Amino acid sequence: MAVLTAVAALGQACVKLVQDLGSFALLLLGILRRSAAIWRRPRLIAAQVHFLGNHSLAIIVVAGLFVGLVLGLQGYYTLRRYGSEEALGLLVALALVRELGPVISALLFAGRAGTSLTAEIGLMKAGEQLAALETMAVDPIARVLGPRFYGGLIAVPLLATLFSAVGVLGGWLVGVVLIGVDPGAFWSQMSGGVDFWDDVVNGVIKSLVFGVAVTQIALMQGYGARPTPEGVARATTLTVVVGSLAVLGLDFVLTALMFGEL
Amino acid sequence: MPQDHTASSPSVLKASTAPRDAAPVVAFRRLSFGYGQRPVIDSVSFEIPPGQVVALMGGSGVGKTTLLRLISGLVVPSQGIVEVFGQPLEPRHQERLYEVRRRLGLLFQFGALFTDLTCFENVAFPIREHTNLSESMLGDLVLLKLECVGLRGAAQLKPSEISGGMARRVALARAIALDPELILYDEPFAGLDPISLGVTANLIRGLNSALGATSIVVTHDVAETFAIADRIFVFAPSPTGAKLAAQGTPDELRVSEDPFVRQFLDGRMDGPVRFHYPAAPLHEAFGLSENR
Repeated sequence: MAVLTAVAALGQACVKLVQDLGSFALLLLGILRRSAAIWRRPRLIAAQVHFLGNHSLAIIVVAGLFVGLVLGLQGYYTLRRYGSEEALGLLVALALVRELGPVISALLFAGRAGTSLTAEIGLMKAGEQLAALETMAVDPIARVLGPRFYGGLIAVPLLATLFSAVGVLGGWLVGVVLIGVDPGAFWSQMSGGVDFWDDVVNGVIKSLVFGVAVTQIALMQGYGARPTPEGVARATTLTVVVGSLAVLGLDFVLTALMFGEL
Repeated sequence: MPQDHTASSPSVLKASTAPRDAAPVVAFRRLSFGYGQRPVIDSVSFEIPPGQVVALMGGSGVGKTTLLRLISGLVVPSQGIVEVFGQPLEPRHQERLYEVRRRLGLLFQFGALFTDLTCFENVAFPIREHTNLSESMLGDLVLLKLECVGLRGAAQLKPSEISGGMARRVALARAIALDPELILYDEPFAGLDPISLGVTANLIRGLNSALGATSIVVTHDVAETFAIADRIFVFAPSPTGAKLAAQGTPDELRVSEDPFVRQFLDGRMDGPVRFHYPAAPLHEAFGLSENR
């Protein structure tokens, strides 16, 4: 009997997963289908880039700096064992551009901007503002969700780039200024070892994918939230949990495809 | 002795101009609706003629607001048809649905104003979305609409800076921004003080005449509704969903002998609608024997 219950629970979880993936895809298609109408009013998108991006600047810059500082220290301790301290710049840059920049900035975006998107849409739903739009013959997907989606899509790669740049500065600060690694070796190893297409562009592609995933998850949770305080609170929590797990899962898949031998 | 709630208010003018045989603006044809397994409306059929102020009345939870949501296509009937402006509503066909919605305005119970916009921008919103008017012309139009509801002076205030009654008037200005042919009011009198209540009732009647529109008011406020409505539909709850219990002019309903209409208008505690929610007998609930 217990086995049957477990199998039933597993089946229900699978059905729920497929339903959620279906809702995700349908909403994404709905937004993409309305892209022409959404881009006809670029000011709405610019406002969202400002809201989602500018308001996340402080946390991205501070986090990027500390990650760079730690990376510089740990990298130096490890490389010193092999007498390769000069490769510190390359290590810091590759770690940030390929992995840490896109991943951590997307995780921070999910916590900072994703939750605010979910709460905003959820409260608009609870306050009947989305229904009011509908009755005014204004499509909420095109007017409310679309600009936020493209705003997130633009903001995440920009934030990831900024995160990586500040992180490199953090690594330089620790390695060159505080420890005394040769500055010429630091920068020349970096510029010689980082490939624009393989490393930088792949990192940007990663952050674009993360931007789509996190923003879309935040919008879907808000749009599908039960219009009650509990419903909005639950949706906001799910945005962080599902968004973060999606970023980590997607990172593995993308890394395997871009850099791996799988 | 029950109070006479149905006496006409002298401050409210009534004027019904439309001929009774004109094509209905809204028609329900054997319409049923339920939320999941819970039936809400059971096979109701009625028509709303143009140019009138029509009230849909009944107790809380009887499905009055659902009727408004059905008219505006926010929910889809499980059976039957809703006709708006002579055409069956097709909620799954977005373009046709939006064509209908451009001709109607809905006042939500709590206004549903956009909280990040000023009152001016709230009223300007549908005009900006659906027209290409110049900023100066748009400004004049918005101020005219706000003047209609007496809130031109509050144009630059945010919804959080005005009272609930004022917010509802701003929402009314937004609902009439595009001069709709059909205005739907969801509980416009709920929670208003007596002054705001009278003001709102006069606005509904006055705007209906000024715009030559049809108004459908969902309410359970008897006195104000009887003072402004041309025709009233009363809905009664039943286990299979709400049914149309009575309809007529306010004068016809005042003398109605229908037990539900009498209970509703006189505010009687018990009648066809029981005071107690259905439950197991009291002795069972408290674990007592039936004799005690």
